[in-house]
Amino acid sequence: MTTTEAAPGVIGQRLLRREDPALLTGEAKFTNDMHVPGALHLAVLRSPYAHARIVSVDVSAALDLPGVRAAYTGADLADLWAAPMPCAWPVTDDMKNPAHLPLATTKACYVGDGVACVLADSDAVARDALELIDVEYEPLAAVTDLEDALADTTVIHDELGTNSSYTWNLLVEEHDGAVDEAFAAATHTVSERYVQQRLIPMAMEPRAVLAMPQPFGGDITLYSSTQVPHILKVMTAITLGIPEHQVRVVCPSVGGGFGSKLNVYAEELLCMALSRKRGVPVRWNEERGENTMATTHGRGQIQHIELAADEQGKLTAIRVRLLADMGAYLQLVTPGVPLLGAFLYAGVYELPKAYDFSCTSVFTTMTPTDAYRGAGRPEATYAIERAMDALAAEVGVDPLELRRRNFIPTASYPYEAFSGLTYDSGDHDAAATMAAEMIGYDELRARQATQNVDGAAKRLGVGVSTYFEMCGLAPSRVLASLNYGAGGWEAATVRVLPTAKVQVVTGTSPHGQGHETSWAMIAAEKLGISPDDIDVLHSDTAISPLGLDTYGSRSLPVGGVAIAMACDKVIDKAAQIAAHQLEANVDDLEYVGGAFTVKGSPDRSLPLAAIAFEAFTAHNLPDDLEPNLEAQVTYDPPNFSWPFGTHMCVVEVDVETGEIEVLKYVAIDDCGKQINPLIVDGQVHGGVVQGLAQALYEEAVYDTDGNLTTASLAEYLVPAASDVPSITTGHTVTPSPTNQLGVKGVGEAGTIAAAPAVINAVVDALSGLGVRDISMPASPLKVWNAINSARTATDQPGGTP
Amino acid sequence: MIPAAFDYVRAENAEQAISLIGEHGDEAKFLAGGHSLLPLMKLRLAQPTVLIDIGRLTDLSYVRDAGDHIAIGALTRHMDVENSPVLHEHAPLLAHAASHVGDPQVRHRGTIGGSIAHADPASDLPATTLAMGATYVAQGPNGTREIAAADFYEGFLTTALAADEILTEIRVPKMNGAGWSFQKFNRRAQDWAIVGVAAWRSNGDSGVALVNMGSVPILASSVSSALSGGASVADAAEQAAAEADPQPDLNASAEYRVHLAKVLTRRALDAASG
Repeated sequence: MTTTEAAPGVIGQRLLRREDPALLTGEAKFTNDMHVPGALHLAVLRSPYAHARIVSVDVSAALDLPGVRAAYTGADLADLWAAPMPCAWPVTDDMKNPAHLPLATTKACYVGDGVACVLADSDAVARDALELIDVEYEPLAAVTDLEDALADTTVIHDELGTNSSYTWNLLVEEHDGAVDEAFAAATHTVSERYVQQRLIPMAMEPRAVLAMPQPFGGDITLYSSTQVPHILKVMTAITLGIPEHQVRVVCPSVGGGFGSKLNVYAEELLCMALSRKRGVPVRWNEERGENTMATTHGRGQIQHIELAADEQGKLTAIRVRLLADMGAYLQLVTPGVPLLGAFLYAGVYELPKAYDFSCTSVFTTMTPTDAYRGAGRPEATYAIERAMDALAAEVGVDPLELRRRNFIPTASYPYEAFSGLTYDSGDHDAAATMAAEMIGYDELRARQATQNVDGAAKRLGVGVSTYFEMCGLAPSRVLASLNYGAGGWEAATVRVLPTAKVQVVTGTSPHGQGHETSWAMIAAEKLGISPDDIDVLHSDTAISPLGLDTYGSRSLPVGGVAIAMACDKVIDKAAQIAAHQLEANVDDLEYVGGAFTVKGSPDRSLPLAAIAFEAFTAHNLPDDLEPNLEAQVTYDPPNFSWPFGTHMCVVEVDVETGEIEVLKYVAIDDCGKQINPLIVDGQVHGGVVQGLAQALYEEAVYDTDGNLTTASLAEYLVPAASDVPSITTGHTVTPSPTNQLGVKGVGEAGTIAAAPAVINAVVDALSGLGVRDISMPASPLKVWNAINSARTATDQPGGTP
Repeated sequence: MIPAAFDYVRAENAEQAISLIGEHGDEAKFLAGGHSLLPLMKLRLAQPTVLIDIGRLTDLSYVRDAGDHIAIGALTRHMDVENSPVLHEHAPLLAHAASHVGDPQVRHRGTIGGSIAHADPASDLPATTLAMGATYVAQGPNGTREIAAADFYEGFLTTALAADEILTEIRVPKMNGAGWSFQKFNRRAQDWAIVGVAAWRSNGDSGVALVNMGSVPILASSVSSALSGGASVADAAEQAAAEADPQPDLNASAEYRVHLAKVLTRRALDAASG
């Protein structure tokens, strides 16, 4: 049998998202919208100290408040946990991981660490009751500086004896000493230090949890605003010591996650444990301020990167040293986040086997860090792309030209990188050329020459950033080599109902990505039917029992491909029925536009609808063929997918005030074949804004006592639509050869590329004043200070003019 | 985000509001637009036991031409100040400054009287009305009295209003074609100013006031004195921070605030002189 694509295809159309009407009209139901009579409301008392011994906790006054049903200390609940909260990524055999319970028992280790909790008839009463709990603390020194943490002056987890969690090395050398030799022989070297500030993911919907025990038998349903229902099912069963088959996890609408809902949280475990203990539903709704400290943060690294290059500026070796901030405890994948970037510090450039990477991670008395959009990869891209600009200055060539000299040549793909990983496809020169044309690169450089003169009130800067994203997590065997605690496959079921309507069941778990629209488009294309006849089921472990959820730009290149494969299996089975009914050989059939036809006999044809009904009645099926038309696939990708691109940014900096205006932003992203370009553009827009936000606006700031001073949206500066430029998107299309759809992920690309593009532009604008670097976020204050410091330096005798 | 428990009473007119505040005393707060008070209550930084809702005192929502000045009811929403034809004609500086308050949602709920009575030095309208030489009208159990804006702001979030008084009207002089400018420097459009400057110039006269340059809105009288003494705009602007007492925060050092005040004052005066 041959299968021919129906034309014009569904794939590639800019279909409006089917998810949006409910979201835009407020009809979509989130976890906290669910009305459950008799549910008790959980509130968690959080430590106001960054680091303190818990001397005593007295909940008696809280119990006296009308409406309060119970109050517990951490010690009261210690027996409920069969295991500490899970960390699924022990990156080294000797990694230090302190026991982490849902409520602290002896010590609070960050502002926000839970120390007691209340169950009450309403959220308001529960929160009032928290003020009546009397906790005696013995405050200890806060640890908020990574280099201080490393020095172990104050050890946070007494039982570990050190604040260091692990050191992880990746040394790739053609022969022993290759890196040192390359640096010794290099014509040009740069050595740069960058700080990846802590960020608060700040999903629009804070977290919310509802645990509903069944009256008999011990089954429990957990509703949670999470990205990972399947992982939660396994992990909560283990942590609570209950049979996994008795746990069902459901995500109603989820208002964003950005990695912060890729976790197993204390409140999920508390609601489940307490609902089982009390025999009633227990719910918890996170406040916005609470979200800033009780939900994981992202980034938090000090990066040292050194590049060695020959006379032309071609890279000959890279050395990277990271100091990574774990926060107070290891959450689900905390330790692995910096290592996801370990393979990307050479960017899209050719590098010989001369790479020396080492990451040391430390505990601090701050909110635990974990995945945040890009997770390790934006950090890596920032470091190499900032360092490439430094190298361009050192070599004395245009930053774009330096990049071109180092691009992996298109003809080399698939390309085996220094790390041993194989990059699937790429055409970096095409993306860079397109970006340069769209932004008017050469004209901008000419304008700079006339505008950026002595005394100019505003200086123009152009920033370039190229990137590879290692996405589509992930080949299970690669994850095994990184000590990750699970695989990277994804499951899909395609079920043709008797009336030829189709259910697509996916193990991915969308929280804003538009999977329902895109997955229906994939199945519609494959099956030759309308997407309107396809329903997409997800985010309920009773409906979709197999899956590994949504993160790491994996849903399309793993989950979407699984759907296409399941469609193939359905078509294969349908073909056997069609051949039987048409009295033809399977090999003589072709499947076009939703119907099987005998080649050369267009009148001998059978539509999918007829076959679906035949499969249902099972009155006349081939011998040994099972009734019904359904197929399931579990797909383990052979490789990551490697989207790439070039982003360029133009800024003007007011030299007097330090104010930065982004004049223009061009994003060229190649994510292979696009299922729905409208959704791709949306992902790029959102991603770029989040990267630009890291570059210019956002930072989780702690004072020296360990208090989070940016615990509201008044201080934590998430930019609004009025604060970001219009973004021009463009795409080259280089299909991935490793999957049948030719697709790559795109969820994190914008974030990965944007921050270095923006900061490169800002530094470029001010380079004539002697400014070499500005740490993120580049606030007007920092820009003003940098200009003043550079002026002071040039005013010194012997300073560069 | 859940405030502590409180009682709620609604006043139907100013007299009743004053009588209610007399009855409930220090534990009560007036609720107008709520855009300063409610966030503080949700964070439990303010825990009044009684809220007296004056939001329905619609007779205090107006913008009127009163001859030599414009009278603005204290419960006039920012959006109505921003869009008032009377203000556009006679006091465009105030209408323009109102367009910079918060975001559209805030401007549709927040009131000019609420903003002035709250007296946040980082708010736009206290400093703007101060620069304009406004007079505020307060009503108490014993009738009404006028308070000059220059005498109104006594300390951080503290005003000359007595505990049993309610702000009823803001009177701003007509600008009679004076040049003006409002310079607001912030990181996001919706934010409070890091530093803001409201300024006007007319013949030999001028008024300059600063946003977020101390514990109260600051009247930069040294700038006006310098200008009347014949100083150039650039030289006068160097005096911008003479009356200020700026504090550092996440967005600015005190030194940076002083610098911004000078730069923005110069820009404002240049624009007002144009």
